[in-house]
Amino acid sequence: MSQLSLKGWLRSGSPWIWLNAAAVAMSLIAVIGLLGIIAVYGLGYFWPGQVASFEYKENGHTTQVIGEIHEREEVAISRLIEAGYALTDDGGNANRFLIRKGNRQQGADFGWVIEPYMSAVTYPENAAVVERYEWGNAYGFISGIKREGKAVPSTDLQEDLKPLLEKAEHLKAKIDAIEKDSLHSINYQLERLRLQERKWLLSKALTAERQEALASERSDLNAQMSGFDQTLSELRGRQGLDVLVLKLSSGQEIDVPLSVVVRVYYPNQLGVLGKFGFYFTKVWEFLSEDPREANTEGGIFPAIFGTVMMVILMSIFVTPFGVIAAVYLREYSKQGPLTRVIRIAVNNLAGVPSIVYGVFGLGFFVYFLGGSIDSLFFPESYPSPVFGTPGILWASLTLAILTVPVVIVATEEGLSRVPISVREGSLALGATKAETLWNVILPMSSPAMMTGLILAVARAAGEVAPLMLVGVVKLAPTLPLDGDLPFLHLDRKFMHLGFHIYDVGFQSPNVEAARPLVFATAFLLVLVIVILNLASITIRNNLREKYRSIGS
Amino acid sequence: MVDDTNTTPPAHAIDFSSIREKAPRMSLENEKITMETKNIDLYYGGKQALKGINMQIPHNRVSAFIGPSGCGKSTLLRCFNRMNDLVDNVRIDGQIMLDGVDIYAKGTNLTDLRRNVGMVFQKPNPFPKTIFENVAYGLRLKGIKRRSILNEAVEWSLKQAALWDEVKDRLDDMATGLSGGQQQRLVIARAIAIEPEVLLLDEPASALDPISTLKIEELIYELKKDYTIIIVTHNMQQAARVSDYTAFMYMGELIEFGDTDTIFTNPNNKMTEDYITGRYG
Repeated sequence: MSQLSLKGWLRSGSPWIWLNAAAVAMSLIAVIGLLGIIAVYGLGYFWPGQVASFEYKENGHTTQVIGEIHEREEVAISRLIEAGYALTDDGGNANRFLIRKGNRQQGADFGWVIEPYMSAVTYPENAAVVERYEWGNAYGFISGIKREGKAVPSTDLQEDLKPLLEKAEHLKAKIDAIEKDSLHSINYQLERLRLQERKWLLSKALTAERQEALASERSDLNAQMSGFDQTLSELRGRQGLDVLVLKLSSGQEIDVPLSVVVRVYYPNQLGVLGKFGFYFTKVWEFLSEDPREANTEGGIFPAIFGTVMMVILMSIFVTPFGVIAAVYLREYSKQGPLTRVIRIAVNNLAGVPSIVYGVFGLGFFVYFLGGSIDSLFFPESYPSPVFGTPGILWASLTLAILTVPVVIVATEEGLSRVPISVREGSLALGATKAETLWNVILPMSSPAMMTGLILAVARAAGEVAPLMLVGVVKLAPTLPLDGDLPFLHLDRKFMHLGFHIYDVGFQSPNVEAARPLVFATAFLLVLVIVILNLASITIRNNLREKYRSIGS
Repeated sequence: MVDDTNTTPPAHAIDFSSIREKAPRMSLENEKITMETKNIDLYYGGKQALKGINMQIPHNRVSAFIGPSGCGKSTLLRCFNRMNDLVDNVRIDGQIMLDGVDIYAKGTNLTDLRRNVGMVFQKPNPFPKTIFENVAYGLRLKGIKRRSILNEAVEWSLKQAALWDEVKDRLDDMATGLSGGQQQRLVIARAIAIEPEVLLLDEPASALDPISTLKIEELIYELKKDYTIIIVTHNMQQAARVSDYTAFMYMGELIEFGDTDTIFTNPNNKMTEDYITGRYG
């Protein structure tokens, strides 16, 4: 009886349904888990932790420690004893904390401490975190302010510090504007003059007139430059004058010039709202600023910009190329063994490891194409290469080659789904094959092309390996798009989120500070890809709606 | 099958005399001839699909091709605007004259031919464009860009196709949103917008409901004043209702071609009679 019902159960098909449902559930859990873990580790990084002050007794020495609690974990005491801590094993657990002590001049930024060694733990209200442009954070108490070298008598240091910080920030903004925009632009123009001169020299067209014009332009620029230099040195002189005195945990007092201070905050005073405010400031900084301190501080804006721009350039190259190839394969070439072989080859191209494309890109695009372009069009800049070096153009082209099979396959699929009746309808009206293709078939297969592009974007945005050979760098001083003529600098190197993860994760001098950044950057990379995909999916769905076919 | 000598029609046979009682009697001798086929043989690879077809299509009349499935009537129809050229491995011998000129001669301009010989297919095939752009498609291909001319031509064609009143307020809607019958009339409007001489209809109503079919038939009746119409149908009542002349084809051969009255009431050929009376097919 039971066997019968088991047989019946098997025959009813419900085991299959359960199996299918389980597979779907597993996939869902995997996706959600992946995103969840990246999000939790990455997004927690920006939340300000409490700053604790405590006595730490180790090997008979007692030291005073101030630091931000970054992580807490529970460890079996027996394991701690194995690790060399002097404890008595009662079979229980003890807490272990990762403390960010900052003050990197004095030693390690991060350190693990165990609870049994800690005593007199307090969370002082006025504990300050000083975020600096150099040497990372400093933790301590503000014990004084010096304005232009003289101590300021103050009853409320925190309040009195604010206007001085604002002043310092203002100064820094001015200096940055001169350095990054004006000076950079003048240097760029000087370089162009130099190249122009060399070009004329090489083509023996450097007349006295031209030489004179160049000289006068150059002297103009130099005059501007020295003007800026003067302003700069004056500003810099004013910048170093204001100082805050920070009393460290050791009792030592250090002078921190306000020019190196990013911000000063007091985490133990922040309420929940204050913490949220701080959190979003930090997130915004992460999204919009340049990286600092070997990429372990500051933001990753250049990497976001580089990733998006490279993907857009890649799409501009790959779409027409793939579509044209697919149209020829499907519409014009005679279907036979040869087209079948070509199709198999194209499909297999999609399976070639991406690093191979990187090697190809380096050999063909950078060395051969770029080198030829340089010797033909930019002989004046020899020996420094213009296009004969990795750059965003070659990276986009390499990825376009990498993703072109996907676009070809998807477009062919779309072309083959255009009903024959519609083609005949157009031809019967006297349209030529090309007119039919252009007016009816291509519009109708545009959703399929978009599908191909979506797949291409998803693949290209996540590639890292080939990019390391053809254009990605750890830190690019300038974006590939800026205010200097000709605005779009396809020869420049760029930063990429994927490579940034690798760089921060493996090449960073400050492992503990970098770890959460790896997660945050990974989360952002996923987000960027999702946004790029959503944009193309929206376009595709609009097209689909428009060209909803006549039921093929 | 063919040698079945029973002369009394079976019970399910159709009484065509009632369908055709109002139609005037016609004779091919008095007609002006628009198209003429001369010894058309057509091969798909090694298989011969049309065998020595000789026929004359009269001017501004409706000629219907009937016959069992696979007899070659659609293939023949597609010879008239050379749509068969699109098929791989097809070979066509013989001549088809359109107003005295062989359309299979070397150097024939296919675009001009197909503008002169319009075609409507079995399944409505509007382009995924607006109603207006569908009708204007052929005109735009001709290079007409002036909006006023296009407007006028689209309105005229849609009125001719008896669709104007139904769509005049939504010319900018997608054509794919129309019903099947409307789509088929739109396709007819699209075909006559470029003012062809001949209109080929390949089972134009077989995918439509009865009311839409009726509308298409009424339309055909109206259109024959201005166009020479050739219609392929497997519906014999339809052929009887709309056509002036009927050709019966069987196994790639033209068995009989004559005025519809004669074909349906008093065919010369035994096979025609058997088919019409429903003994086989």
